[in-house]
Amino acid sequence: MYSFLQKFGRLLVIWLPLGWLCIFFMLPLVEMVNVSMSEARRAVPPYNPAFQIGRDGISFQPVVDNYLLIYEYWEDYLWPAVNSVKLAFFSTLYCLLFAYPIAWCIARSNKSLQHILLVLVLMPFWTSSLLRMYALIGLLNPNGIINNFLIWAGITVTPIQMMQTDFSIYSGMILTYLPLMILPLYASLVRLDNSMLEAAADLGAKNWDIFATIILPLSVPGLIAGCLLVFIPAVGEFVIPALLGGPEQLMLGKVIWTEFFRNRDWPVAASIAIILIAIIILPIVYARYQDKEGIS
Amino acid sequence: MHSNVPFMVKLLAIAGFGILYIPVVMMMIYSFNRGKLVSVWAGFSTKWYKELWSDDVLLTALHNSLIIGFSSATISTILGLLIAIAFVRFSDFGGRLFLSLFASAPLVMPEAVTGLSMLLLFIAMEASFGWPSGRGVDTIMIAHATFGMCFAAVVIQTRLRNMDKTLEEAARDLGGRQPFVFLSITFPLILPSVIAAWLLSFTLSFDDVVIASFVSGPGSSTLPIVIFSKIRLGVSPEINAIATLMILVISVLVMIGGFMVLRRDSEK
Amino acid sequence: MDPFIRIQNISKRFGKLSAVDNVSFNLERGELFSLLGPSGCGKTTLLRILAGFEKPTEGYIEIDGQDMANVDPADRPVNIMFQSYALFPHMSVSNNIAYGLKRASLPADEIKVRVEELQRLVHLTEMGERKPSTLSGGQRQRVALARALARRPKLLLLDEPLAALDKKLRSETQFELVNIQEKLGTTFIVVTHDQEEAMTLSTRIGVMDNGKLVQTAIPNEIYEQPVTRFVADFVGEISFLEATVKERIGKHWLMDAAAPIHAIGDKNLKSGMKVSLAIRPEKITLTPQSTGSLNEFPVDIEDLAFYGAGTQYKVIGPDGMKLKVYQSHNQPSQANSKKLEKGFVHFLPESIIILQG
Repeated sequence: MYSFLQKFGRLLVIWLPLGWLCIFFMLPLVEMVNVSMSEARRAVPPYNPAFQIGRDGISFQPVVDNYLLIYEYWEDYLWPAVNSVKLAFFSTLYCLLFAYPIAWCIARSNKSLQHILLVLVLMPFWTSSLLRMYALIGLLNPNGIINNFLIWAGITVTPIQMMQTDFSIYSGMILTYLPLMILPLYASLVRLDNSMLEAAADLGAKNWDIFATIILPLSVPGLIAGCLLVFIPAVGEFVIPALLGGPEQLMLGKVIWTEFFRNRDWPVAASIAIILIAIIILPIVYARYQDKEGIS
Repeated sequence: MHSNVPFMVKLLAIAGFGILYIPVVMMMIYSFNRGKLVSVWAGFSTKWYKELWSDDVLLTALHNSLIIGFSSATISTILGLLIAIAFVRFSDFGGRLFLSLFASAPLVMPEAVTGLSMLLLFIAMEASFGWPSGRGVDTIMIAHATFGMCFAAVVIQTRLRNMDKTLEEAARDLGGRQPFVFLSITFPLILPSVIAAWLLSFTLSFDDVVIASFVSGPGSSTLPIVIFSKIRLGVSPEINAIATLMILVISVLVMIGGFMVLRRDSEK
Repeated sequence: MDPFIRIQNISKRFGKLSAVDNVSFNLERGELFSLLGPSGCGKTTLLRILAGFEKPTEGYIEIDGQDMANVDPADRPVNIMFQSYALFPHMSVSNNIAYGLKRASLPADEIKVRVEELQRLVHLTEMGERKPSTLSGGQRQRVALARALARRPKLLLLDEPLAALDKKLRSETQFELVNIQEKLGTTFIVVTHDQEEAMTLSTRIGVMDNGKLVQTAIPNEIYEQPVTRFVADFVGEISFLEATVKERIGKHWLMDAAAPIHAIGDKNLKSGMKVSLAIRPEKITLTPQSTGSLNEFPVDIEDLAFYGAGTQYKVIGPDGMKLKVYQSHNQPSQANSKKLEKGFVHFLPESIIILQG
């Protein structure tokens, strides 16, 4: 009896979450693939499902029209895809630029200061990105705090256009994703034994040399993790281009939104979502592959 | 700070912290601005905070957000705990690959994709067997619980993996049986991570605007949805006030959670 | 002539705590000097000051006529072998060894020759391409040694060089280390808490206690003529007897302890002085019957431990006086003295070390 209960409990532990994820994570993706291969129509819902279980049995009639449409109107769909990758790539780079010194300073400070600094890094990560983007708008607006200050100081007469530029997107991305870059970098830097650095110094290496030959190579795992953690969500970002970007800063997340809510073209929105997933899978697969290489 | 950190590095680090904090701090200061113009200081006032309490739309949205946050965080934590147990304590089981795939994929899925796919499923489900009828608080809750549990699983897993397994073995050696051993020995030891997981799930839910926008229906707008639509109309001192309040509340929760986890870690 | 290395009045204070307290000593070229002391005595801090990682609060260091005060660790003619070895995990063995040579911008072919030479020296010729994580503890230690020697330092510092090795490997490596040191003629300073290690390795030993250098001498002198109770106790086994100086009889001093004891000591002793008498276990002879020797008294045997080459006894003499006695098994009769419960001990007056204060 007891062993039966134990077996049952075990199954419950596995299948409760697995079942939930099957229904509410995998099934939606399957349905999205289904919609992406369905014909659009003017009705409710605005598509004719490719896969159907109806009175006249099961039918499956996939179409590739939506993907062809995306290809045909590449300026409207694929350009935002390229733009997403570009903006995400440079955002990752800028995050790295600021995150590395911060992670280094935290890793090199004493234990109690480390805790305080870590909490300081974590806090913005937990507070809503939406609200932080809002706060940024208050700073960057034509009549925002920065412009007011510049005009007051006599540096400029007319407000500088900062909103709806790549600059505002990058500021938003750094503000949102910097903590995600700092944490893995910190984790790999804090593990770096101080005697390793002293050994390098003892053997004649100066600051920059120590960084290039010891610190940087040993922080590569954290570096890759951090870049993935920033790049992946940045590619699919919606709030930042929606609030801070203009027509020039179009990204896929926003295109999905527009197609779905404005144009009511559900199949195309689903197709773009699948393209977005493909873009994200690439770096992940690459990182996995690198990981396996490193082990062997 | 260690003296051998070069000056340039320190400068960049300070600049980085500046980027993280200056916008929010400025916003907080201007939430106490008397004037309607957001960037011109016209004296100290708390009137925008008082006005929040008479804004019915905001209060309804807050109510929705709290209900969704509490319920989805609770579901997330329970299911996340189960995932963690399955991964760390069960050696091998059928479906392990699927569970590890499904429990990590939502972590990297763009919010717009998650939101869209869930909405499409809810619509298809409603068309097939009438549930859920329309979108509302329940569909947002399900969506939040789904990605929240993956984050919760990561947090609890880390703790469970670092736990000394001999403690559990000692308890079993002394005659304890599962699940009694788990409840009396393991659970109290991983409790800080369970609380941290709940807090994380709650804030993720409380902060989410994209997924909620997809799966919400009329009358079920959450606080971020309302704020998002207000922001698109422009900066206002009222949003300054509500944003300040939200950030302060979350920060206090995080500080409590953060110090709890860090303190536990440094005890080891 | 000036000494090769001059360490003068070095002090290091962290806040109120004095880690190194006014330490001075000189080294000749080619010496193998050990800094011996318990953990926390300041020996590692002193080593780090010599390497340049810590600035001394006070004092002066000179190596081969050059003042080290403002010389960066990277530019000092000093290299250090860390206790943890601090091998670079992402570099192969030969790249680890070549690291310091590359910093010195030597031509590539010369680096290659020197690395091969060093690999031969530490018997790692075949291991050049391996990563440190794939090596055994002893091999890692040798890589660390080769890497530290690569720049041909005037002074090599070794922080507990053998602590991470298991016991058998340790004694082999000890001799290896001495061989290499003699072959190269480099001046070594070894930090260790292991008195046996210090004894076997060094030409001279400096014993440190609480930041102070208490005694600097050749190993034999440290063992036979410790200047303080701390040194006597820290180096080797020893028993202490509290005594009062009574009178001078011929060449001996008569000491008033639990039993009257004759000892040989300085002329500056005065009757009535309180002193500690220390005696090494192997200097005491244990016999079943009285032999009528000087410094003899009856004892009860409390405990014994068999060591193969000898037996160590704990005995209690008159008035609860406790002594450790070591009898080597060079005579068959003594090997089976196990059943002994009572006996007599005696020792020569020359064996007694008199410690004042």
